[in-house]
Amino acid sequence: MADFLYQLLLSFDATLRIATPLMLCAMAGIFSERSGIVDISLEGKLLSGAFVAAAVAAVTGSAWLGLGCAMLAGIFMSLIHGFACITHKGDQVVSGVAINILASGLTIVLGIALFKRGGQTPSLPRDDRFTPIEWWGVDMMDSVPVIGTIYRQLISGHNMLVYVALLAVPLTAFILYRSRFGLRLRAVGEVPEAVDSAGISVTWLRYRALIVGGALCGIAGAYLSIAQGGNFVREMSAGKGYIALAAVIFGNWKPLSAFMACLMFGFLEAATTRLEGVDLPLIGEVPTQLMLAMPYVLTVLLLAGFIGKPRPPAAIGKPYHK
Amino acid sequence: MNTALELKNVSKSFGLVKANKNINLAVEAGSIHGIIGENGAGKSTLMNIIYGMHRADSGEIHFGGQKVDVRSSADAIEHGIGMVHQHFMLVPTFTVLENVMLGTEGGLMLRDGRGAALERLLHLSETYNLQVNPHALVSDLNVGQRQRVEIIKALKGGAKVLILDEPTGVLTPQEADQLFEILKVLRDDGVSVLLITHKLSEIMDITDTVSIMRQGEMVGHRKTSETSPQELAELMVGREVLLEVDRKPATPAEVRFSATNLGYTNAQGVLELDDINFEVRAGEILGVAGVSGNGQTQLMETLAGMRHLTSGSLNILGTEVTAADQTDPRIIRDLGVGHIPEDRHTHGLVLNFEARENMILGFHDTELAGSGTLFDYKAIQQNCEDKMAHYDVRPANPRLNAKNFSGGNQQKIVIAREFSANPGVLLVGQPTRGVDVGAIEFIHKQLLELRDAGCAILLVSVELDEIMSLSDRIMVLCGGQNVGIIDSADADRQTLGLMMAGQRQEAAA
Amino acid sequence: MSTPTPPLPRWADLILLPIINLFAAFFICGLIVLAIGENPIEAMGVMIKGAFVYSGGLGYTLFYTTNYIFTGLAVALAFHCMMFNIGGEGQALIGGLGAALASFGIGLYLPAPLAIPLAVLGAFIAGGIWGVIPGYLQAKRGSHIVITTIMFNFLAASLMVYLLAGPMLEAGQQSPQTAKLAESTLLPKMADILSPLGFDIASTPLNASFLIALGAMAVFYVLVWHTRLGFNIRSVGQNQEAAHYAGINVARTIIITMAISGGFAGLLATNEILGFNHKVVLNFTAGYGFTGIAVALMGRNHPIGIFLAALLFGALTQGGGELDFEFQSITREMVLLIQGMIILFSGALAYMFNPPLARMIAKFVAPKDPANG
Repeated sequence: MADFLYQLLLSFDATLRIATPLMLCAMAGIFSERSGIVDISLEGKLLSGAFVAAAVAAVTGSAWLGLGCAMLAGIFMSLIHGFACITHKGDQVVSGVAINILASGLTIVLGIALFKRGGQTPSLPRDDRFTPIEWWGVDMMDSVPVIGTIYRQLISGHNMLVYVALLAVPLTAFILYRSRFGLRLRAVGEVPEAVDSAGISVTWLRYRALIVGGALCGIAGAYLSIAQGGNFVREMSAGKGYIALAAVIFGNWKPLSAFMACLMFGFLEAATTRLEGVDLPLIGEVPTQLMLAMPYVLTVLLLAGFIGKPRPPAAIGKPYHK
Repeated sequence: MNTALELKNVSKSFGLVKANKNINLAVEAGSIHGIIGENGAGKSTLMNIIYGMHRADSGEIHFGGQKVDVRSSADAIEHGIGMVHQHFMLVPTFTVLENVMLGTEGGLMLRDGRGAALERLLHLSETYNLQVNPHALVSDLNVGQRQRVEIIKALKGGAKVLILDEPTGVLTPQEADQLFEILKVLRDDGVSVLLITHKLSEIMDITDTVSIMRQGEMVGHRKTSETSPQELAELMVGREVLLEVDRKPATPAEVRFSATNLGYTNAQGVLELDDINFEVRAGEILGVAGVSGNGQTQLMETLAGMRHLTSGSLNILGTEVTAADQTDPRIIRDLGVGHIPEDRHTHGLVLNFEARENMILGFHDTELAGSGTLFDYKAIQQNCEDKMAHYDVRPANPRLNAKNFSGGNQQKIVIAREFSANPGVLLVGQPTRGVDVGAIEFIHKQLLELRDAGCAILLVSVELDEIMSLSDRIMVLCGGQNVGIIDSADADRQTLGLMMAGQRQEAAA
Repeated sequence: MSTPTPPLPRWADLILLPIINLFAAFFICGLIVLAIGENPIEAMGVMIKGAFVYSGGLGYTLFYTTNYIFTGLAVALAFHCMMFNIGGEGQALIGGLGAALASFGIGLYLPAPLAIPLAVLGAFIAGGIWGVIPGYLQAKRGSHIVITTIMFNFLAASLMVYLLAGPMLEAGQQSPQTAKLAESTLLPKMADILSPLGFDIASTPLNASFLIALGAMAVFYVLVWHTRLGFNIRSVGQNQEAAHYAGINVARTIIITMAISGGFAGLLATNEILGFNHKVVLNFTAGYGFTGIAVALMGRNHPIGIFLAALLFGALTQGGGELDFEFQSITREMVLLIQGMIILFSGALAYMFNPPLARMIAKFVAPKDPANG
């Protein structure tokens, strides 16, 4: 029993690691989609962030510079998205697809040009990465049963970006529901005409939402390549941006619910890796592919109205014409 | 005389359409100034220019005697202009207070300004009798309450000019009266009120001065006390307004179409048509009168099969239709019902389709599209050419997209399509809305010809004159209920007006 | 916008504007190549040679073109109904499954003239099923088709991994793939078809699927513009309300459209599986489904345009491969970049150059009209 609990704890720990980029991208998606801009380009921004973080860290030897430039890269991609769908009122889905393909191509092309390693970046030494932070008093707490283990395994010992992601959630909620920017952001995603007639620029407001989202995706990218991993590999985002988007929808475009969805999706993946090849009583061997596909299955069921009813922002996907 | 707002030679074009041409306007401080004109005369564009939602191509705006540059609604608000838009600018998922705060939050955090905003809201609500619960969700409010929120929003910054764009279109007569009381209080407080409307009675009832617009131009300014509805109407339309239709008495034959206890409840559970009974005979026109939004649209769409009736029954050319029958427009059409929809842009036409394609819309699985499996474009072209000639559609170019025809000619395409199918029953909605004079006469003549040929016609129109001059009998709707059916020989404006306000036929007569 | 934009003449809208957009995309990519330190003109030359000049280049180009025609038609048909089908990738994958099942199921018992059409039909139907579910969910339950089709891409991928690594894995194989398909369901190579007719072309993967693609183009054209169903599809796409008024069953039209759209995407398997790999391998769709969006956008949802756009992308894919041999620092992935840029400029920014172009043309073409002066 104790062993099972310990395994469960380790699963929670892994859940957190897997869910970190999802949380950051989901918050990015919330900013963008609540402002009325469909954001299927989370994936591309995540990938760009991962590449730039690893490339800059490899060249400069500074994880912090890598993180900063990854955020800039995410913002740059967001600005392309904004230029196409806000300024030129282009189709938001088409623009998103373009950015995802661009990111795929650009990261590999630049990676090969810069490092000549078939699209990978060089492995970073430990010091040039964001490494796990051991919290104060871990050894002391070890003597306390249960709580000590939880403290060491689950709370302490993550890299800084995990904590950033955990902070991003309440911060997003706070900004969305308590600040002037948030009020306007929610309004512009519902009735942009109301925002315009109140004398607020719809264009600038939506650009700001995209910029915040781009920065968050950049952080998520940096997490993949210079915190969790030690270099960039081709297509390393591997659909996480889309899962984050699914989490946004699953969370009904609300930060806390989306956070829960990220944890759930993260847990599914963590449990899958842990349970691979294990025979469970009653179930038999765990169907790995089915577990991994659960986020998509659940999102489809949700969208079809079989689990609750999603309520997307009313003005989402529609360019604003005066 | 103290001028609050003055426009000099303001012009605005959209693409190749001139929406406003050299507009001049002066509004006195502390007065109610009406702007009247037909739909599409350019009133809303002009107001949007004043409020900074659109930018004028040329011309000047003077405010309080000073020339100002209104680049955005933010500028307009700063100059003390408030606007209540025709389509409300409210976020339904927000509370009243949040809607009022939007744009004037009073700090980076909402908490910083919430108290002050609430105080201001309550103050305005008391001063002008604009009762509304600040913490209610806007989606839970009715139309009248929403309008009050809009007025509070417009006044919150201490507006000196308040623009209201068609404010009574969605209100009941009582709500409209309340609104007018509020406007009078505002005027007495020194606010200049600009009231945009196309209703003559409102102008006569409440304004001090009035400006008349027609086809993008300002055609006159009058003191309300020195003008008459007749004069205003003539200025508005630029022609004799009395519609002279040469209508012979009807010779009604058998009942073609009837409704028994017809009811319709929408998806939100609101009862929109309640216990409607009527019958239409071959060779007569039954007119349906009523204030816009009292169930006319629902009635038309239910009869045409676009919505499912939820109680009662219809008898269409001998076929019984009840709520249990999942009708659709195809079935109704196949029974022999033609339908000129109220809104040709939304329903009657596919604007990006060529005229010849629109000419077979709804009939594209009949011989009109060719007798084989594949479309026969020669036949489709010929069909369109014939109908264009017969119904005088201009330009007579079947390959032109529907959106490139004028309103009147678009309507003629719809009419040509529906009339030439020789329907046994015809549903006609707003046949002359946004249509030029020549086309109106033509359309009226065609309708009467069809009647005399033995068609049973149900005509819905918001234009009372049209109803009175075309119909043989008139049914009046109010709140989704049939108030009564009277012979058009007995119908005058006063009787119909009372019925439209909900008074039963017996009491009205 | 203070100055009114005059309407763009038809020829400019259909030909000039797409060319300008394409040029812009190539221009930006050229700048990136320059920044990397290579000569973009030279790179372009290498790609053109690889795609058309070298022996077999054209065959490979047309082989890839075939894939793009299928996915381009799939996206375009959905666009005519105003549906955004970004699930071509998944539909094509499942199409491969359908082709394989048909092949294993019937291939042993029937001769090629019967077996091939059935295998092709298998690909079409399987792809159609993967398209019709999102179509149904959109039409009947209001689930947004974009998100559902994205999810269905991942679901298809998961399903294929499961099947290829499990139940359908070839005995004794390590990498996930099926056994070789039944001989009678394989499509002949074009080189083999043409040589008895006296045409000798280099033996390339180009196979009879190319002919199926040309046939699909013709079917698409007739379907969209010459049938009642096509009229329904376009009506629903242009104005759902008007379609409903006209008695067209909107939900059913959406569902049928998505079924056929998915079917077109599924046909990609005839080229990759029945015509080339001869067994189902993982990820044989290689992004063709997504690029189909670019093909449809550039081709303006018309078969002729789609063919030209597919040819362009086919040439890029084939020519891009040459880059690997000729250059140190640029590789075939350059093509991905170009694709992204093309989608951006011809899709999302399609009308960026519209107003300035329209004003310029108006100046040159109609200076005689005093009203506009």
